[in-house]
Amino acid sequence: MLAYIIRRVFQSALVLLVVGLVAFSMFSFVGDPVDNMLGQERTQADIERLRETLGLDQPFVVQYWRFLEQAAQGNFGLSYRQGRPVAEILVERLPATLELAFVSGLMALFGGIALGIFTAIRRRGVSANIIMTASLIGVSLPTFLIGILLIYLFSVELGWLPSFGRGEVTRIGNWTTGFLTTSGLKALILPAITLGLYQMTLIMRLVRTEMLEVLRMDYIRFARARGIREKSVNFRHALKNTLVPVITITGLQLGSIIAFAIITETVFQWPGVGLLFINAIQFVDIPVMAAYLMMISVMFVGINLIVDMLYFAIDPRLRADRTAGGH
Amino acid sequence: MADTTPITAPSPAPPSRLRRAWESDLAWSFRHAPVAMASFFVVTLLILGAVLAPLIAPHDPFDPATLNLMNGFTPPGQANAFTGELFLLGTDDQGRDVFSTILYGMRISLFVGFSAVLLAMVLGVTLGLLAGYVGGWTETIIMRIADVQLTFPAILVAMLIFGIAKGITPPEYRNEMAIWVLILAIGLSDWVQFARVVRGATLVEKNKEYIQAARLIGRTPFSIMLRHILPNVLNPVLVIATISLALAIIAEATLSFLGVGAPPTKPSLGTLIRIGQEFMFSGEWWILLFPAATLLALALSINLLGDWLRDALNPRLR
Repeated sequence: MLAYIIRRVFQSALVLLVVGLVAFSMFSFVGDPVDNMLGQERTQADIERLRETLGLDQPFVVQYWRFLEQAAQGNFGLSYRQGRPVAEILVERLPATLELAFVSGLMALFGGIALGIFTAIRRRGVSANIIMTASLIGVSLPTFLIGILLIYLFSVELGWLPSFGRGEVTRIGNWTTGFLTTSGLKALILPAITLGLYQMTLIMRLVRTEMLEVLRMDYIRFARARGIREKSVNFRHALKNTLVPVITITGLQLGSIIAFAIITETVFQWPGVGLLFINAIQFVDIPVMAAYLMMISVMFVGINLIVDMLYFAIDPRLRADRTAGGH
Repeated sequence: MADTTPITAPSPAPPSRLRRAWESDLAWSFRHAPVAMASFFVVTLLILGAVLAPLIAPHDPFDPATLNLMNGFTPPGQANAFTGELFLLGTDDQGRDVFSTILYGMRISLFVGFSAVLLAMVLGVTLGLLAGYVGGWTETIIMRIADVQLTFPAILVAMLIFGIAKGITPPEYRNEMAIWVLILAIGLSDWVQFARVVRGATLVEKNKEYIQAARLIGRTPFSIMLRHILPNVLNPVLVIATISLALAIIAEATLSFLGVGAPPTKPSLGTLIRIGQEFMFSGEWWILLFPAATLLALALSINLLGDWLRDALNPRLR
C-alpha cells in the first residue's frame, strides 16, 4: 500500500515536471513578448529595460530554474496583455470558475446517479427509453451548441434567464460569490446546465450499465427471495456496489469539467479562468497560458491521485492485487 | 464466418470481387441495420455536398464580386425586399448565401477532420506498433508520454498546441496557416487512443506462431510489423478512426467557435456558428440554425456509423 502510494506520488511529480517544461518552453520559443507589450513608439532603452524586468536576458537554464522556483511560489510574472501579475488575475478569476464547476459537478453527479438508477430499474419503461435516446443525442451535441440552444430558448425566446455574465456578486475577502444574490443565482443556471449535461449523461449511462450488471447477480436474487422490500434491494444492496466505478469516473470527470468550462465560459461570457485562457490564446499571452496550464495540471494530477487512493480505500478487493502486481 | 458463398444454385464462375464484398459479413450486418444505412446515407450526402460545393453552391461566398450588401439578412425562402433575389436558406449580414457558406464550410470542417484523424492514426499506429513490438525503453518512453497526455482532455491539448503554433507563426501568415495548425493540433491531441489500442493488440499478436515463423525465416522487424502485425490489428483502428472523425469534427467546430480555429475569411461550420450567434438576439435565427443543424447531423451520423462498426467488427457480439 505504502509503496504504491509513493510510486503514484512520484509519477505525479514527474508529470508536473514535464508539464512545467512544456510551459517553460512556450516562453522560450514563442514570439518576442517585448514586441507584444510595447507600442509603436518605443526606444531601445525601453526594450532593454523591459527585457530585464521580464528576465529575458538570462540564459535558458537559468531561466528554467527561475521559472520552476517562481512557479512553485505561484508567481508567473506579468501578463503580456494586461501588464499585471498573472497570479493576481488568476486569483481574481478563479472563484467564478470554481463555483460554476462545483454546481455543475453536483448536478451531474446527483442527476446522473438518479437517472441511472431510474433507467436501470425501469429498463423496459417508456420514459426510461426516452431518457436513453435523449442521452445519445446529448453525447453527440457539442457543448457550445447546448449553450447556444439554452440561451436561445431561455434568454431570447422566453426571457427568463440572463444570457451572459455572473450577475451581481458579493465580495467576501478575496472571494467573489454569486450564490448570495438572486441575479447571481439566476445567471448560474444556464452555464451550470451546459457544463454539467455531458458529464451527467456519462454518469447516468455508467450507473445504468453497472446497476444492470449488479441486479443480475445471485446475492440480489437471494435478497429478493428473502422477501426484502424492492426499494431496499435496489438502494441498499445494489446501489452500493455500483458506486466504486462511479466514484472513479466522477473524479476523473472533475478534471474535464474544469477544461470544458473554457467552452461554457466563452459561450456565456462567464468571467472565469477559462475565458481568460481563451483570450490568452487569441492574443498569444504566454504567461497567462503557462500559468493556466500549470494550475490546471496541479488540479488534474491532484484529483487523479486522490481518486486512485479513494478507490483503494473503498474497495477492499483491490488492495491485495494492486500492491502485489502493480501496473 | 468462414464460408459466405450462397448455398443455392452453385455458380459456375467464381463470384466477382463486388459480389464477394456484397456478401461479406460486414455488408450483411450493414444491410440489416437500418440506423447504419440511414447514417451512411446522410454522411454520403453531406460529403458529396462538400466535395461538389463549387458545382452545387448557387454563390461563391469567397468571391466578394458576387456579393451584394443589399441582399443582407434575407430570410430563408423569401425574396429580398430590395433586389428580389431568392435564397433557399437566407443570407447573412454581408449578403452571403447561407446554403453556399454551409457547403463551403463543410469542406473545411471535413478536410480538417479527415486530415487530423489521418495524422493521429499514422502517428498512433506507428508509435503503438513500435511500443508493442520493440518493447524496452522505446515502449516506456512512448507509453509514458501517452499517459501524461491522457491526463488532459484532448480539447485542452489541442487548444494549447494551437496557441503555441500561433505564437510561432508570424502574424501575417496566421490566417493562411490556421487550417494546418488546426489539423496539427487536433491530430496531435488524438494519437494516444490509437497508440494504446495498437500496442495492446501487438503485444497479443507478437507471441503467436506466425510471427515466430516470420522471424525464423529472417524477415526484418520492419517488415514483420508492416506486413504481418499491422493487417491483424486494423479492425479496432478502423473503429477508433470513425469515432475519432466525429470527435475531430466537433473539436474543430469548438475551436473555431471559440475563435481559436478557422478564420472568418475561411469559415468552417464552427466559424459560421460563431458568426450566427451574434445575430441570435436580433431575430436572424437562420444564420445560426442551419450551420448548427448541419454540424449536428454530420457528427451524429458519423457517431452512429462508428457505433455500428464497433458492434459489427466485434466477434464476441455475433
